[in-house]
Amino acid sequence: MNVTQIFISCDSAAVALGADVIVEKINAESKSRGIDVKVNRNSTRGMFWLEPLVEVQTSSGRVAYGPIQSADVSDLFDCGFLEGHSHIKYLGLTEQIPYLAKQQRLTFSRMGVTKPLSILDYKSHGGFLGLKKALQNGSEFILKELLDSGLRGRGGAAFPAGVKWKTVQQTEGEQKFVVCNADEGDSGTYSDRMTMEGDPYMLIEGMVIAGLAVHATRGYIYIRSEYLQAITVMQKALQLATESGFLGENILDSGKSFFIEIRKAAGSYVCGEETAMLESIEGKRGVVRAKPPLPAIRGLFGCPTVINNVITLASVPLIIANGADYYKNFGMGRSKGTLPFQLAGNVKYAGLVETAFGLSLRQLIYDFGGGSRSGRPIKAVQVGGPLGAYIPESQWDAPLEYETYAAMGAVLGHGGIVVHDDTVDMSKMARYAMEFCSIESCGKCTPCRIGSTRGVEVIDRIINNQERDQQIELLRDLCNTMVNGSLCAMGSMTPYPVLSALNHYSADFTSD
Amino acid sequence: MLNHIKHDIDHGTPKRESAEEVSLTIDGYKVHVPKGTSIMRAAMDAGIKVPKLCATDTIEPFGSCRLCLVEIDGRKGFPASCTTPVESDMVVRTQTDSLQQLRKGVMELYISDHPLDCLTCSANGNCELQDMAGVTGLRNVRYGVGAQAGAHHCDAKKDESNPYFTYDPSKCIVCNRCVRACEETQGTFALTISGRGFESRVSPGQDQPFMDSECVSCGACVEACPTATLQEKSIISLGQPEHSLITTCAYCGVGCGFKAEMKGNTVVRMVPWKEGKANEGHSCVKGRFAWGYATHQDRIKTPMIRESISDPWQQVS
Repeated sequence: MNVTQIFISCDSAAVALGADVIVEKINAESKSRGIDVKVNRNSTRGMFWLEPLVEVQTSSGRVAYGPIQSADVSDLFDCGFLEGHSHIKYLGLTEQIPYLAKQQRLTFSRMGVTKPLSILDYKSHGGFLGLKKALQNGSEFILKELLDSGLRGRGGAAFPAGVKWKTVQQTEGEQKFVVCNADEGDSGTYSDRMTMEGDPYMLIEGMVIAGLAVHATRGYIYIRSEYLQAITVMQKALQLATESGFLGENILDSGKSFFIEIRKAAGSYVCGEETAMLESIEGKRGVVRAKPPLPAIRGLFGCPTVINNVITLASVPLIIANGADYYKNFGMGRSKGTLPFQLAGNVKYAGLVETAFGLSLRQLIYDFGGGSRSGRPIKAVQVGGPLGAYIPESQWDAPLEYETYAAMGAVLGHGGIVVHDDTVDMSKMARYAMEFCSIESCGKCTPCRIGSTRGVEVIDRIINNQERDQQIELLRDLCNTMVNGSLCAMGSMTPYPVLSALNHYSADFTSD
Repeated sequence: MLNHIKHDIDHGTPKRESAEEVSLTIDGYKVHVPKGTSIMRAAMDAGIKVPKLCATDTIEPFGSCRLCLVEIDGRKGFPASCTTPVESDMVVRTQTDSLQQLRKGVMELYISDHPLDCLTCSANGNCELQDMAGVTGLRNVRYGVGAQAGAHHCDAKKDESNPYFTYDPSKCIVCNRCVRACEETQGTFALTISGRGFESRVSPGQDQPFMDSECVSCGACVEACPTATLQEKSIISLGQPEHSLITTCAYCGVGCGFKAEMKGNTVVRMVPWKEGKANEGHSCVKGRFAWGYATHQDRIKTPMIRESISDPWQQVS
């Protein structure tokens, strides 16, 4: 008799919700019942409200149950979950759960399916096909595919990845670098963490392809210091990939080499700014550099450097394997492909939603997110992390794509979506934005260094109705100084949440 | 012949050498400069002073004060003229309503965390921060100043440990000129910035007093400071000089050029001369600060000679 295969995620969010306990419980229960089961620890599907999610392999596919508490386990056995029978936590075939079925999972296609460190799993689900094709066809081919695909940086700035890579390729340099920015620090975001914990070879493959494209032989992954599991998994993945010939010297006998090292980040939000990150990797204070020179010309240790976010690099293998045309068929306008949106905050179904650009925020927060978790009306949605604008209901039908959002004075950023219900006081959220900036500012440029601290003080006066009208005018002037005067996006984008709160929710600033 | 005190022209960023010349237009004037030159320096060449605080021509541009922002045709936003190199056919504007408003906004922030004691300040009459408040037309600090505004450093304690100069963090604008001068001009790396964001302050070593740090008292930081934050003790006690004399350091054989800044016959301070061929505006602690012998009775002021070692010294006639 075949052993029944059970799948439970080892993702740190699933573990935080009790996945390890459920694994122990299922093993103990099966043992006491004399049933032979195999519990596999795979990555997460990203449906966090269903974690710990227990999946069982049946003849018609994986059947899901969740969220499973310890108390549910013996009941699951009683109901016959090993045969995929019904139970109060029964969700049907995993892939038919609407939340998942409605998505277009390209980059996250293996997520929740494969075991993170299994090279066999990775290869049997399309892994390393892009690398092989890249090795066969060389630099110009890779660059052309990437340019044609329309892939833009997924870290927030949305700069065309192909243009950046071409600049590095064409810049003379004895040594070039590929740096992966994995200092994911936006509140409510976790797509980078999921990728590193759940599908690490995808990132490694993307970085090696980048190295081939620009003739770089060394790469760094700068991983947020709080992401301990991501660091552990990536380290192990680097070792296994090297042992299997996908990384290191003479990759797949091609004569090409590429080496990757991990750098644990310095624990500062601003170190996710690309030039501060370079300083930090070089062992210095995480302070922003003035541009020019662009890092593509003079980056890490003064050498031409590709810097991309995790999701950008992770999207590369599939673009090379399936071709630019395949990828650019998703999305709209100049926003090609998919973006993994990360639903968080006061939302019923928090989780990762990878879809093509172009759906609306309303679809995202209601059709996927199921509305607010509190059941109260949704008042504001912050899109794009702590430096992103608050989007009022009047703008919820606009398509989620770069240009539309830019025209609204908003950003998609790294795809973080944080939902607030009608109990939120937007003057406090505006204050929080300034406070965040004051805590995280590197302190180099004046508008950010002094401006963010003054911003908190001015908003406090507005909240306390001290010369309110004058202080609101001063706040707007300060925002102008910060937007146009700051050295980097930290200072120049902090006014986005502040001004959007002030403009769309002015009543919150004038009530006592 | 005495020279009236005339501060050296500060081109803002270091000179660049290149066989290739770039032509551009700044405020309607055609300028030709070597490739690699900053917009700020090109503007100075054309006689146009772009407001600035963190830039000075003895150290590499840094881009932190955000006063030198300009507008460039066809470019988004307001690039810093110190860190942006010139390009062929660029059309640059250094003075517009938007720039005026931005600069005033930046100055308003600076002054909200600066003691308003200009009249009794040792840098009075020679302070770039004061100059910029004038240039930007700052008339009102709506945030309030110091404790009135909220968080501030106006009470920060002075470090007087160094015998030749003081460090007053309450006046610091965190332009990093001292830190960079210590690295680039002197190469000692004694200074850094400690803390981040609003807490950022210049720090000798890890929050040490100057005398306990790696500092060698060369004075490059003092020379680079645009405010009274790093100030010669002689200036604090005597006030600003009124004339200067070019001279050569009497210590070792290098022959560093100095500007002796004077009041009557009293030396107020010795400043390494930027035109000095041997030292190009830098010096060591001896020439810079150890000139107490200048008015000593034993000082020899004319050449002396003697026939043999047993003869007494004679003045050369």
